[in-house]
Amino acid sequence: MNISKISWQNILNKKMNSFLCVLLMTLGIAIISLLVILSKQLEEKFSKNISGIDMVVGAKGSPLQLILSSIYQIDSPTGNVYLKDVQEIAQNPLVKEMIPLSMGDNYQGFRIVGTNKKYLEHFKAKPAQGQLFKMPMECVVGSLAAQNLGLKIGDTFSGSHGLDAEGEKHDHENYKIVGILEFNNSVVDNLILTDLKSVWKIHEHSEPPAAETESAEKHEHHEGEEHHEEENAELDKREITSAIIKFRSPMGMMTMPRNINQNSKLQAAVPAIEVNRMLELLGIGVDALRILAFVIMLISGISVFVSLYNSLKERKYEMALMLSMGATRTRLFLLLLLEGVILSIIGYLLGILLSRIGLLLISGQVGKKFHFDISQISFQNEEIYLFAVALLVGILAAAIPSLGIYRLNISRTLADES
Amino acid sequence: MVIESKNLTFSYNEHKKFSFPDFSCSAKETLLILGNSGKGKTTLLHLLALLQTPTGGSIRLKGEEISQLSPKNAAKMRAENIGIIYQKSHFVASLSVLDNLLLANYLADKKQSVERATELARSLGFAEHLNKKTTQLSQGEQQRVSIARALMNNPSIILADEPTSSLDDENCEKVIQLLDNQSNKIGAALIIVTHDQRLKDRFSNRVML
Repeated sequence: MNISKISWQNILNKKMNSFLCVLLMTLGIAIISLLVILSKQLEEKFSKNISGIDMVVGAKGSPLQLILSSIYQIDSPTGNVYLKDVQEIAQNPLVKEMIPLSMGDNYQGFRIVGTNKKYLEHFKAKPAQGQLFKMPMECVVGSLAAQNLGLKIGDTFSGSHGLDAEGEKHDHENYKIVGILEFNNSVVDNLILTDLKSVWKIHEHSEPPAAETESAEKHEHHEGEEHHEEENAELDKREITSAIIKFRSPMGMMTMPRNINQNSKLQAAVPAIEVNRMLELLGIGVDALRILAFVIMLISGISVFVSLYNSLKERKYEMALMLSMGATRTRLFLLLLLEGVILSIIGYLLGILLSRIGLLLISGQVGKKFHFDISQISFQNEEIYLFAVALLVGILAAAIPSLGIYRLNISRTLADES
Repeated sequence: MVIESKNLTFSYNEHKKFSFPDFSCSAKETLLILGNSGKGKTTLLHLLALLQTPTGGSIRLKGEEISQLSPKNAAKMRAENIGIIYQKSHFVASLSVLDNLLLANYLADKKQSVERATELARSLGFAEHLNKKTTQLSQGEQQRVSIARALMNNPSIILADEPTSSLDDENCEKVIQLLDNQSNKIGAALIIVTHDQRLKDRFSNRVML
């Protein structure tokens, strides 16, 4: 027999009240913990993929769209640009490296990206089996794409036009898989990578008429320009979707994007700026949900308050009785306080448990597109603060009604009831 | 003499004043305080139980003046020396019968004795109910549990408030017998506050309010 046992028995004795308090606390904690972990994951994913990429150039349009499509492979590309124009930019001494990208096809929803080996080097992607592509129409597959599509080395497949699995098939040319990449927790995991030339080869035969008028327009534009060699004319018309640019020094970042945006038909976007802007926008939503969760926790506190307030009224005689049996008021105060604390600790633990169950469910749902990092399931630092907040809510909610114990008149209470 | 009072007075306000006759009670003896409603029976009981402080006069417990103790010392004195049986049996509803008995030990900072609780339960006839909740017991059983609770710390004085008023003759006799026996057993003074005329002739030490 001690006060924690009495507190616990009191909690069990009012099952429905206790259940409500715990439920509200559980929900509040679970939502906040889930938000903390998910937004952390999201930020980590986003910042990991842009590390080392200083600028992306592509067709004019939304800069965020350009970043999303070229780096994260999650939005449609802004259009095509001439490789020649991009190469001109790459001639600038401030540019350390230019990695061309050509998208537009997919295999069962997984994007086929035409690029060169520098792309793989940039993401530090190494083949787990097989080798990297050498010839046109050879390709390597990211680990998650390979896993989800069930592809092996030596398999062949034909891509479909567009970014959805329902696109028109390019069945005149087949890709051949020569390597499967190691899992490296980046965007590469969900891609099928091939040489730029493969993409050109596939589209040579099915050049859409729209592209022709576009190139005609282009000819008009360049009418005044000198044509060097006839061979190069063919190469000049080669198109890519966008290119990733790395600078030699921060100076490039200061001058080049502005210069490109003002003086060329290309668009330059700085990933760090765009991602920050996007996370800020998402942040508003996360903040709103966080406030909601704190409100739920607050309501949980109020329900502890009301429940203890009522039970103190009901148990006034019980309290007077214990006082008459030699209990000190402080001891009874602690007894009541403990009830609130126990409820909030249970709510906290269940909330953390619930958030982990939620995480597992979510990662199961989005596992295909958004690989979940299991290490994030472990206890988060923020959750320690959350514990402090839960405890504080429990203590405050219990303390206020429990202070009534110091005003209780033993004699009158006992006499009233007898 | 275990307990004696002299010139005890108490007033709730100017219009409601009580002055009580002197009395005393020694170990193993029973003192009957008789009086009708409104005569200050419960007030007197609360004064003796140190739940109220008298306006004047003295109460001596084993020779020591106890009427003007601080609330903290009064609580200690009460826990160690005084067992109280209230008119209506009240318990901590969430606890079992056994835990309600042990609670008396715990709140008095004494060793919690399951043996003592079991022994009392056996001699008061509710041993089979020890693990039940108090609300599952009949009124008579509840009263016996509250008698046992008053005896848990072997007090030197037992105060009983109207222990028989709601009982029929047969049970009245039984309860009085129990109270008398048990307080004799632990060598305590028993003070019964009642308006029940049936008890009048049983005890020679009587005070009329």
